[in-house]
Amino acid sequence: MTKLLKLLSENSNFSISELAAMLGEPEEAVKAQIKEYENKGIIRGYQAIINCDYLDDSFVEALIELKVTPKKETGFDEIAEMCMAFDEVESVYLMAGVYDLALIVRGQTMQDIAMFVAKKLSTIEGVLSTGTHFIMRRYKDRGLNLTEFGSDKDERSLIL
Amino acid sequence: MIDYSKYLNSSIQSLRPSGIRKFFDIANEMDHVISLSIGEPDFQTPWHIRDEGIRSLEKGRTWYSPNRGFADLLQEISNYYKRRFSLTYEPTTQALVTVGGSEAIDLAFRSLVEKGDEVIIPQPAFVCYNPLCIMAGGVPVNINTRNEDNFRLRACDLEAAITPKTKMLVLPFPNNPTGAIMERKDLEEIAEVVKRHDLIVLSDEIYCELTYGDRNHVSIASIDGMYDRTIVINGFSKSYAMTGWRLGYALGPAPIISEMTKLHQYGIMSAPTTAQYAAIEALKNGDRDVNHMRDEYDMRRRLVVDSFNDMGLTCFEPLGAFYVFPCIKSTGLTSEEFCTRLIMEKHVAVVPGNAFGDCGEGFVRVSYSYSLNHLKAALERIREFLGELKNGD
Repeated sequence: MTKLLKLLSENSNFSISELAAMLGEPEEAVKAQIKEYENKGIIRGYQAIINCDYLDDSFVEALIELKVTPKKETGFDEIAEMCMAFDEVESVYLMAGVYDLALIVRGQTMQDIAMFVAKKLSTIEGVLSTGTHFIMRRYKDRGLNLTEFGSDKDERSLIL
Repeated sequence: MIDYSKYLNSSIQSLRPSGIRKFFDIANEMDHVISLSIGEPDFQTPWHIRDEGIRSLEKGRTWYSPNRGFADLLQEISNYYKRRFSLTYEPTTQALVTVGGSEAIDLAFRSLVEKGDEVIIPQPAFVCYNPLCIMAGGVPVNINTRNEDNFRLRACDLEAAITPKTKMLVLPFPNNPTGAIMERKDLEEIAEVVKRHDLIVLSDEIYCELTYGDRNHVSIASIDGMYDRTIVINGFSKSYAMTGWRLGYALGPAPIISEMTKLHQYGIMSAPTTAQYAAIEALKNGDRDVNHMRDEYDMRRRLVVDSFNDMGLTCFEPLGAFYVFPCIKSTGLTSEEFCTRLIMEKHVAVVPGNAFGDCGEGFVRVSYSYSLNHLKAALERIREFLGELKNGD
C-alpha cells in the first residue's frame, strides 16, 4: 500500500493540502493520484466510522455462517452474489475453515435478523446450513478503539 | 518551626524549577485539553524489546548488573556507534551504561568541572544543563542560537563566549526544543574553535536517530581531532521509545569514562538490570522499529511545519527531534501570554519558548509526538485561535 492510501485508510478527512504536506508532494500530484485511485476502483468510497453505542435508534448486527454446496460452473460466486443483493447484508466473505461464507447482517431487532436468516438465506438453493452469532458489543472497529478504556488514553506525564 | 533554608544547600535553593511544568499542570486540570507539550515518544516500546525484558524477569535475572553495565550491552553499544557513526569505542574502558542520558550528563559535569570553570551552553536547550552545571560548581555561560541560522550553533558566537576559564562546550543536537541539527560543515567550524581553545565537548546525541530529509546525524566525535576531546551522551529513550526504562550511556576517552564510572558506582551502583536486557535486544534487532517511527514522525513534522507556516506563524524547517519551534512574534503576544491564552481559550497546551532560555522568547515549543489525528485537531484549534486574535476578540 502506498503512503497516500495508508493515510487515507486511517483518516479520509485529511485535506489535499495536508496530504501534500505530509507526503512532501505537490497538491496537484496528490489530487491526480487520488482521482486515479478512484477511477481504477482502488478507492471504493469514504465512510464515517460510527459508534452505534451512542445512538438511540440503534440496530443489531449478526455474523452469519453459511455452509453451501458450490455450483459446478461458478463455485461460490453465484451464492455470494445472491447474498450480496440483500440490503440487510453489510458484508460477505468467503472463508477458509469449517464453513464457507460469512455474512454481516444488520436489522432493527434480533427478531428481524432471525426472520431474515430463516426466510431469505436458508432458502437459497445450495445453502446447507446457517449459524447466527449476534454481535453484543464493538470494542474495536477498523483499527479504531470504540470504548472509553484502552490504549487511546495518553498516560504520559510531563517530567521536566 | 525549623527554618530548613538554613540547612539546605544554597546552590540548590537558588535553582528555579522547570518552566515547562506550568502549562502542563493547567492542562491536567482542564477537560478536553489537547496537549502538544509532551517531550517523549507516543509509541510504546516495540513488543520484541519489551518481551526480552519480561523474559529476563521470568528467568529470575533480578540482580545488580556490573557497575559499567552488562558486557553484552556495552559491546552492542560499541557495535552500534561503529555501524551508525563509524566511531570505535572499546566497550570495556570507553563506555558506561547510566540511568538515562541525564545521569550521564550529570556525571560528565561532575567529573570534569572544577569550581569556577565556565561551561558554554547554547540556548534554547533542554532545561537540565544549566542546573546540573551549577550543582557541579561550574558557571554556565549561555550563548544564543538564532532563528535566522535555523538555530544552529555558529563558530563565531562560540569564539566570542570563550574566556580563559572556559573548559567545556555542551552540544545539544538534534536539539530540544528547536528541532535544529548540526551538519558536518557546521561541526567542522565548531571543532576548529574547540581545538584552538583546548576545550572538551559534551555531545548530547539522544535524538540522533530522529533526523529527517536524508540527513544522517553526524557526531562531532567523528570530526578530525575531536575524538579525544568529546564525551558522547546517548540513550534508548527517544530512538526506541524506551523513556520509562531509564537507560542511557556515555562514550568517550577512557580516563574520563573511568572517573565517571567511579561517581556512578558510588551514587547509583548500576543501571536497571531488566532495562539492560531489553536494550540489548533493541540494539540487535531494533533498526526496523527505529526506521518505522522515524517515518511516522517525519510525516507529522511535515504536517505541523506546513500548517504553522500557512497560519502565519513562521517556522524554520526543523530537521531533527520531534519538536517545531514556531515564531509567535507576529501575534504581538509574549510566549507566556500566547500559551496562557491558547490553553484558556482553545484548550491547547504548548510550551513557551523562554522555558528553554531567555532567547526562546517569541517562540513556542510544539511537540509532534502525537498521532496525526490528534495533531490535526490541535492545529485546527490553533488556527481558530489566531483568527480570533486577528479579529480582536
